[in-house]
Amino acid sequence: MSERPAGEPRAERVRVTGPDRRRSTVARPPGTREIDAGTQLGAIYMGSLMRDQLLLALRILLVLVVSVASLPLVFHLWPGLAGVRVVGVPLAWLLLGVLVYPWLIVLGWVYVRRAEAHERDFADLVDEVER
Amino acid sequence: MSPDLSAGPGIVAVTLVTVATLAIGTWGLRFSRTTSDFFVASRTVRPRLNASAIGGEYLSAASFLGVAGLLLVFGADMLWHPVGWTAGYLVLLVLVAAPLRRSGAYTLPDFAEARLGSRGVRALCSVLVVAIGWLYLLPQFQGAGLTLQAAIDAPTWVGPLVVSVVVLVNVSSGGMRSITFVQAFQYWLKLTALLLPACVLLAVWVGDGAPNPTTGSGAGPDLWSSPLGEGGGQGLYVTYSLIVATFLGTMGLPHVVVRFYTNPDGRAARRTTLVVLALLGVFYLLPPIYGALGRIYAADLAAVGGSDVLVLELPRLMVDGLLGEMLTGLVTAGAFAAFLSTSSGLAIAVAGVLSQDVTGRRFAGRRLSGVAAFRAGAVLAVVVPALVSIAAPDVGVARTVGLAFAVAASTFCPLLLLGIWWRGLTPAGAIAGLTVGGLGSGLAVGWTLVTSETSGWVATLLGQPAAWSVPSALATMVVVSRMTRDSVPLHAGRFMVRLHTPEAVDLQRG
Repeated sequence: MSERPAGEPRAERVRVTGPDRRRSTVARPPGTREIDAGTQLGAIYMGSLMRDQLLLALRILLVLVVSVASLPLVFHLWPGLAGVRVVGVPLAWLLLGVLVYPWLIVLGWVYVRRAEAHERDFADLVDEVER
Repeated sequence: MSPDLSAGPGIVAVTLVTVATLAIGTWGLRFSRTTSDFFVASRTVRPRLNASAIGGEYLSAASFLGVAGLLLVFGADMLWHPVGWTAGYLVLLVLVAAPLRRSGAYTLPDFAEARLGSRGVRALCSVLVVAIGWLYLLPQFQGAGLTLQAAIDAPTWVGPLVVSVVVLVNVSSGGMRSITFVQAFQYWLKLTALLLPACVLLAVWVGDGAPNPTTGSGAGPDLWSSPLGEGGGQGLYVTYSLIVATFLGTMGLPHVVVRFYTNPDGRAARRTTLVVLALLGVFYLLPPIYGALGRIYAADLAAVGGSDVLVLELPRLMVDGLLGEMLTGLVTAGAFAAFLSTSSGLAIAVAGVLSQDVTGRRFAGRRLSGVAAFRAGAVLAVVVPALVSIAAPDVGVARTVGLAFAVAASTFCPLLLLGIWWRGLTPAGAIAGLTVGGLGSGLAVGWTLVTSETSGWVATLLGQPAAWSVPSALATMVVVSRMTRDSVPLHAGRFMVRLHTPEAVDLQRG
């Protein structure tokens, strides 16, 4: 609404636009086009990503089951373990009260790193294919 | 609990926590404007703040009071509660966190409807969210009554009343956005309220010559050091059923799940969960200290059945004078924060579902606006369990929470796992599985709440239903889905793309 000072030449009207946010189908990487179109190749890309992520999750869970969830069975089979003490602390208290927590964090950290790496690989794959 | 003890620190502590909660909630109010703010804080909460909020909301009365009391009475097998509650987040992280966020739904019923395209599944999920939410709210209110009774000698109905009013004011005024700040503050308050007294109590214990709690009187020392309870077949079954319920139940708790929608994207959802693991791990180092010290200094509490107030009584029993009173005030404040934050989170989750499916409906030609429907839902979400908690007998804080986990593990866990990782899930399969899991675990809950029998295999199987109800729900879902494979939703493939691909990749997400 500001007044144009008198005598100043009228500036040419310029149309200001942002970059096109909806990229056209032609400009998009071919890999994503395959997935969008639901082709066999697209299904293979998706299948490999899901399989990688699921296998990673199952591996982490297997480690969790073997290292933590097996403890009741171990203590059941070898009842003598309940009497074992480390520096005066019963073994079960040391394992389940203290050591299990850093171990869970380590497992979570490994998972996050690997899962993000899988997603980077997937993004690279659908970007590069057929170029 | 005797009336001659000074009530001063307790009243001061409860008042301070209440005022701080309301103040932070009001401060957060200025960021809350839209319905999206109410439900999911407009999905802009960063991992660290969000993780503190999740931790604040998750650490309930059962974590703050229940675990230490159980450890005092039963010993090492009760360590599986905190371990399971933490490991549940690892399972949630690896199987559910990022896809759930990428699904883009507000609540669990939203997820079910988006994935399966069925109103029937949605309705069933809504019923289950409300049932689990109410079941989980019940022990929070009972714990609040217990705490105020121990701290200021108030009648047991005062606690539920105070907690309901504060939660209602906070939730209905600011919704998810303001509650995020409240929850984050309450995590750190709860940690401080257990950590500082624990340090002082440990110093007192060292000053007393550091007597070993595992060699004293009480339950046999070997039993107290065994992670198996009674041992034998039943002990093994109970322990493993608890592991199944807690490891798999966390992902199905409505107040936990709703927080994942507040993350900006799937990657942030994973990182948030990792921080939550760390925050919970630090917190759960503390209850065992109270349990062990309680065995030396408060062994008689276990005998009179007052183990739920161990954390509140221990500072007074171990430290005399002003310091003891101040520490008591601090743990009372922490306990009260635990009730407020967990109840708020549950109220949000239940209110979210109720406002979409009940109070947001058209009644007599009129329809409430989004925010008004949410507020009406919040009132319903809080008042019902508060009344039940005053009327119903006390069944033990940690026990009721355990049952809520079992129901969540038997219903939403199979739905989420198969919905996220298996294209072949059908609406009919989901309904059959949810019904089998919900009825099975619900029957066990009802039976446990009305009887007091705890011996024999029937009582064992019904008291800890997860080990049989989770596999049967999962199997039912798979088998019925295979039988109705013609009705696999047409958009299932597109929805899988949306769940599993990183947001940075430019894809059509349906």
